[in-house]
Amino acid sequence: MSLDPATVRRIATLARIHVDDAEIPQLQSELNGILGWIEQLNAVNIEGVEPLTGAARMALKMREDVVNDGGAQDKVLANAPERIGAYFVVPKVVE
Amino acid sequence: MMLTDLTLAAARSGLRQRAFTSRELTEAHLAAIEALNPRLNAFITVTGEQALAQADAADAALARGDERPLTGVPIAMKDLFCTEGVRTTAGSRILGPFVPPYESTVSANLLRAGAVFLGKTNMDEFAMGSSNMTSAYGAVENPWKRRQDADAVLVPGGSSGGSAAAVAARLALGATGTDTGGSIRQPASFCGIVGLKPTYGRCSRWGVVAFASSLDHPGPLARSVEDCAVLLGAMAGHDPKDSTSADVPLGDYQGACGRSVKGMRIGVPREYRADGMPEEIEALWRQGVDWLREAGAEVVDVSLPHTKYGLATYYIVAPAEASSNLARYDGVRFGLRTNGKDLCDLYERTRAEGFGAEVRRRVLIGTYVLSAGYYDAYYLRAQKVRALILRDFTEAFARVDALLTPTAPSAAFVQGEKMDDPIKMYLNDLFTVPADLAGVPAISVPAGLDANGLPIGLQVIGKPFDEETVFAVGAAIERAASFDALPTIRAGTAQ
Repeated sequence: MSLDPATVRRIATLARIHVDDAEIPQLQSELNGILGWIEQLNAVNIEGVEPLTGAARMALKMREDVVNDGGAQDKVLANAPERIGAYFVVPKVVE
Repeated sequence: MMLTDLTLAAARSGLRQRAFTSRELTEAHLAAIEALNPRLNAFITVTGEQALAQADAADAALARGDERPLTGVPIAMKDLFCTEGVRTTAGSRILGPFVPPYESTVSANLLRAGAVFLGKTNMDEFAMGSSNMTSAYGAVENPWKRRQDADAVLVPGGSSGGSAAAVAARLALGATGTDTGGSIRQPASFCGIVGLKPTYGRCSRWGVVAFASSLDHPGPLARSVEDCAVLLGAMAGHDPKDSTSADVPLGDYQGACGRSVKGMRIGVPREYRADGMPEEIEALWRQGVDWLREAGAEVVDVSLPHTKYGLATYYIVAPAEASSNLARYDGVRFGLRTNGKDLCDLYERTRAEGFGAEVRRRVLIGTYVLSAGYYDAYYLRAQKVRALILRDFTEAFARVDALLTPTAPSAAFVQGEKMDDPIKMYLNDLFTVPADLAGVPAISVPAGLDANGLPIGLQVIGKPFDEETVFAVGAAIERAASFDALPTIRAGTAQ
């Protein structure tokens, strides 16, 4: 599978990263290089193998459904690039 | 002897015997940082005032008999661990302005154990790299020099390159790192120090800036196996705030360093070889096998047939998880913001400006392999190969107690090398990636020098939660190698 320029553009949009048109050819070549190299996995027989999602050797734990943290509004907002009072500020979304 | 030359264990004894104070020990390290960091760039942030306040508190604690595992011991924190009130960048522009309002569990554990924090160490951006060249805060210089080409500036490895360089150059007695594909062990090998990646879940990931959550392992770097054992004992432990943190009792890690390997079965996996790997690495590996045999271990040939697929598997799984984890950097709640014409444009421009080239590549690869229509072909297939890699280890560990391999297929290389083709850089992690995918513990121990006088490490891989055996075998290699070479640039050397 080889990526064309339109697919590179689509992936960048999905990833919400602005890419200039001039950067597309280089990105296309790098990504195709990596994807081509990854295709060596097609040689592995994976018939009947269960996928492994992670290395943790346990079932996910349960805990009581209770509030055990919170009340940290100032801390949550402390790093906001822009805020008004208790709100994060973003450009106007609805006209 | 200078205070900066002590091992962490020796410094701790000296503090307890009042041979010197934590303030003296901390000042010696801060002076070394001041002298050498402008050149090495191992620290992004130095917290001198805070360190001295912690040192004074430690001296007061020792005076009243409050001795904890690390009371008064100055160490460095990789800049991936959130530290309350101290800027944490993850080596990225996008976190340039970020000051965490909370402390990571690992750093909190270390503070509770009495440690003094000298500062935050440089690293590849979001821990993505094997050379520290992707840091937004500049490259790190490896304190080791080639005998023949002493002007060449070498990389310290990565991603925990700042931690490794700081410990090797005696700017800190030990440091924390994280290992997702080899980021503790490869820089330890390149800088002639010891680095341990514990079992997945042994050290909490809470408050560690996430790269690939199923692969991220916090762990220690230090100048001896015993020092790493002391640090692991203080860092590790069950944490309810990390859902993958293991509720498994800790071992006696320091005690394990003195344990004999007599009667242990050590596996030598025949697949740990690479095209173009220098013969001296192969020779050192054979030497390591001989050392363990002489120490009474039984050496067994084993096969881990899916080893060669580790890297390709990793470069699907890690970018996939990274693309999801890094979605949080949107310029709205914290970190860098670049304004745009609307909200979507703000996201896209913030991320374009905030992420470096390697991070962008991996986020794009990850987005692609998770996208509709390609998920099964890439991500699901990789997860199945990952299961086979784990099965290789499980089958090998039915026959042996530990495995011995080289840590990396080369010694440290020159800054700028391997930058033209991402895959060349990825090959650095050929021998370290499988243990991350399987979540098993592994240590790199400096075992010898190459013809250029650069350090080479050997790797010991153990069973899940059996760090004790890893320390025992690592310490046996350390004793046999009696590695006492020193880096050219270190505290006390003229600049």
